[in-house]
Amino acid sequence: MQRDVNQALAREFGLSADEYANVLAIMGRTPTLTELGVFSVMWSEHCSYKSSRIWLKTLPTTAPWVIHGPGENAGVVDIGDGLAAVFKMESHNHPSFIEPYQGAATGVGGILRDVFTMGARPVANLNALRFGAPDHPRTKRIVDGVVRGIGGYGNCVGVPTVGGEINFHPAYNGNPLVNAMTVGIADRNRIFLSAAAGIGNPVIYVGSKTGRDGIHGATMASAEFGKDSEEKRPTVQVGDPFTEKLLIEACLELMATDAIVAIQDMGAAGLTSSSVEMAGKGGVGLLLDLDAVPQREAGMTAYEMMLSESQERMLMVLRPDRQDMARAIFEKWDLDFSVIGHLTDTGRIVVTHKGVVEADIPLAPLADQAPLYHRPTAPTPARPTLGEVADPVGFGPALRKLVGSPDLCSRAWVWDQYDSTVGGQTVKRPGAADAAIVRIEGYRRALALTTDCTPRYVAADARTGGAQAVAEAWRNITATGARPLAVTDNMNFANPEKPEVMGQFADAIAGMGEACRALDFPVVSGNVSLYNETEGRGILPTPAIGGLGVLDDAAQAVGCALAPGLDLVAIGETEGWLGQSLWLREVAEREEGPPPPVDLAAERRNGDFVRGQILQGRIRACHDVSDGGLLVAVAEMALAGRTGARLTAPPPLSGTPSPHAIWFGEDQGRYVLATADSAALLEAAAAAGVPAARIGQSGGADLTLPGGDTISLASLREAHDHFFPAWMNA
Amino acid sequence: MKATVTVMLKNGVLDPQGKAIEQALGHLGYQGVGEVRMGKIIELDLAETDPARARAQAEDMSRKLLANTVIESFKVEVA
Amino acid sequence: MRAGIVVFPGINRERDMAIALAQATGAKPRMVWHTETDLSGLDLVVIPGGFSFGDYLRTGAMAARAPVMDAVRAHAGRGGHVLGVCNGFQILTEAGLLPGALLRNASLRFLSMDCHLRVERSDTDFTRHYQKGQVFRAPLAHGDGNYFADDDTLDRLEGEGLVIFRYASEEGAINDAANLNGSRRNIAGIASPNLRVLGLMPHPEDLVDPLMGGTDGKPLFDGLAAALAA
Repeated sequence: MQRDVNQALAREFGLSADEYANVLAIMGRTPTLTELGVFSVMWSEHCSYKSSRIWLKTLPTTAPWVIHGPGENAGVVDIGDGLAAVFKMESHNHPSFIEPYQGAATGVGGILRDVFTMGARPVANLNALRFGAPDHPRTKRIVDGVVRGIGGYGNCVGVPTVGGEINFHPAYNGNPLVNAMTVGIADRNRIFLSAAAGIGNPVIYVGSKTGRDGIHGATMASAEFGKDSEEKRPTVQVGDPFTEKLLIEACLELMATDAIVAIQDMGAAGLTSSSVEMAGKGGVGLLLDLDAVPQREAGMTAYEMMLSESQERMLMVLRPDRQDMARAIFEKWDLDFSVIGHLTDTGRIVVTHKGVVEADIPLAPLADQAPLYHRPTAPTPARPTLGEVADPVGFGPALRKLVGSPDLCSRAWVWDQYDSTVGGQTVKRPGAADAAIVRIEGYRRALALTTDCTPRYVAADARTGGAQAVAEAWRNITATGARPLAVTDNMNFANPEKPEVMGQFADAIAGMGEACRALDFPVVSGNVSLYNETEGRGILPTPAIGGLGVLDDAAQAVGCALAPGLDLVAIGETEGWLGQSLWLREVAEREEGPPPPVDLAAERRNGDFVRGQILQGRIRACHDVSDGGLLVAVAEMALAGRTGARLTAPPPLSGTPSPHAIWFGEDQGRYVLATADSAALLEAAAAAGVPAARIGQSGGADLTLPGGDTISLASLREAHDHFFPAWMNA
Repeated sequence: MKATVTVMLKNGVLDPQGKAIEQALGHLGYQGVGEVRMGKIIELDLAETDPARARAQAEDMSRKLLANTVIESFKVEVA
Repeated sequence: MRAGIVVFPGINRERDMAIALAQATGAKPRMVWHTETDLSGLDLVVIPGGFSFGDYLRTGAMAARAPVMDAVRAHAGRGGHVLGVCNGFQILTEAGLLPGALLRNASLRFLSMDCHLRVERSDTDFTRHYQKGQVFRAPLAHGDGNYFADDDTLDRLEGEGLVIFRYASEEGAINDAANLNGSRRNIAGIASPNLRVLGLMPHPEDLVDPLMGGTDGKPLFDGLAAALAA
């Protein structure tokens, strides 16, 4: 039954020869199977960030409003009124490829736990999704399953899904990305952390029972592992949103008392990582008795229990005198509650099972001597500048094609499957504004939430692309009138052992860091997902950014829907940048050129101006200019507001771009505003040194293009609404 | 004893899941599939050792909870 | 009006409902845990939306057998008012307080969107602040909202005027396009013969604040508060 522990097995467990040598040095003997399992998961890329750590630490993570930055279960920022927002984004990419429904569902469940573990009630979910080409045979099944899974879990736990993004690209054919973000609200003085304290304090396991879910695939695939290996094959993790809902309510009920010393959810590597992190952070030792772990299956070994990734479980350290009260709360919610150990002063994690010591590891070296790699990087060759590109089709057909393309078409088919209103606080639902707006129950205050990344920009120039992702999140929050506060990042990349991939990672981080610093928009939490590669083909580098901002008064929020009788004003300079634009890809059918440069000073100046105008009540609708350029931005506003527009003049120009470059170029730092008083707006812009020009006015049932061509909104809507239902029903 | 309860939608109640399966089978090229109905099977481990009493118990459970007799019918097997 | 909200494990719209009721009555409703059996003193018992017990057997099935439901039945038997929304409606049918059942949506997908409801009669305590024939907007969010009853039951419901809300177009037309979940005869809400027990699938409680996009659902709660003012 037990396999010999040696270097060959260590390799199967994912430990290199050097890493295994270090394990032997730390232990002073050959580790047991359970110990090897603990080292392998704690030193895995997922838990140790061994390839990414040296780069991540260059990101700015502080600001006066940051309460907890990276290193905790989620980031925590002060949002005023004595409240804190707790948020994080996390990937569940590989599980979502294997089993899209459960992969996505458990991704949502996991990120929810990261947030309520800290004492916050989850108030919003978002998700950033990237799928393969629509015509790839697997894509449709994956999209369907992921969307159902996100809805199935989020709808049941009663947390509204309010936003996110979806891209399609062949680079994701074998590696879809499912990045789930949760935002919660807590009392800023009652944030719960994971550092264990108090020698002798009980360690409590609550939630679902432990089964053999998702145990380290590499270790279990081995045929000689046991006669009944077929039975024990690692299974797909199955989410139970009902239990999660109970866990949320029970934890929050307990958190209103003074019972909890430390709390940590059991996520990846389950009991191992949660117990090691709690004890490690607290500088204490831990004795675990696995006989007390609630078990779903008979005959589980210590190794299996320590590595199980069964969902909906938490680990807590409680004040001993509050144990009975805590037990009563969890029993009221029909959840398992079991004392599985206590804190010790040994500095070691000791795991016993059936009277046998299965693991006995010193905690300090397990953490301190975790591998850290400065992997070689290679620069991405600069893309040649794009020369003149002729307009092959004209404005009307190009616009129809763009608004109907998979990356820009209506997401209603997706949103309609997510409960976006539960909680009764959703001020701006998906698609109603550049960022979702969720009011905080009992307050005027509201959060503005978005996820952003333009992977094709990152692939062409990772530094610019990294900066652009941060800038776009900041811009989307700004476009609602909210003050951007902080971001969470979800770094999805291919194999880091390839220098060009590591180069993308390093450059993207550099660009993100520049943008975060320039925009006072620090990174407070994040997650890294590497090795997103199938048969040597990697994904587009995708540093997804989840942004959070705050509005003092939800009533100040503006959406993007146009109303009739307003002037349209473009903010920001238009050079007509077609490199890596969607127009170039969808209309000219070329994926070329460098991405649009990001001028962070202009970004900040334009955005601060726009936000100021919104808060002064001058703006009726606002939309940032991003994918598809200015004409697409106006069309999206028109579609959202069921109101047409007549475009009569160009935006502020730099140089002499061709007409299609003006209207489809993807220059950064731009907005379209709808206002009843453009004179006042333009005067204010001039005073602030912000490029602004009146480009037209709203009204009617058509979109009249520059030059006079007219497209009915009805025909644009038809193009816009067509893709998802037609594709899914085909 | 082990009781197995099979719960099916009553005839005449629309079964959209069954219908979807029927269509999917058609798309996969299976000819000659008539109506498809989907239901559920619930297995109960009962302490009761007398088959008749076990059956009565399972039927009572079915009427009270396991099936909604407005729309569903059930069948109990005891082994 | 003294209102209570019954909370089963897995219910998730109890907070939304509490906000709407507090807005209408000026008082916080009492939250009633599913193991409680004493509802005395309440004028209105509300069963809100969510996924009681995960809806793992059938929607509402397990909640309908919880201890509190005997008390709800007794309350209804005394002529007390009961409102079931979404999962609450499903629970009321499973408990036998309203006829019929809620099946999977015809599309087999969870639906979250605004729908329009036509008010079929305004002479009830739930609809007195609406006009007969009035159309109002309400968010819906469910996977199993497809109302089913046999023809005899439907004929009886219609004959006795117990269909209170139907899915309609914005203009009030009753047609298949407006019938988002495939309900029989576009039925969105029905009442008991004494018009004191109402079940409906959509969520008027989520549209009681202009900031959230409108106040179309507010008359239902204001009307109840006015009717049941002590």
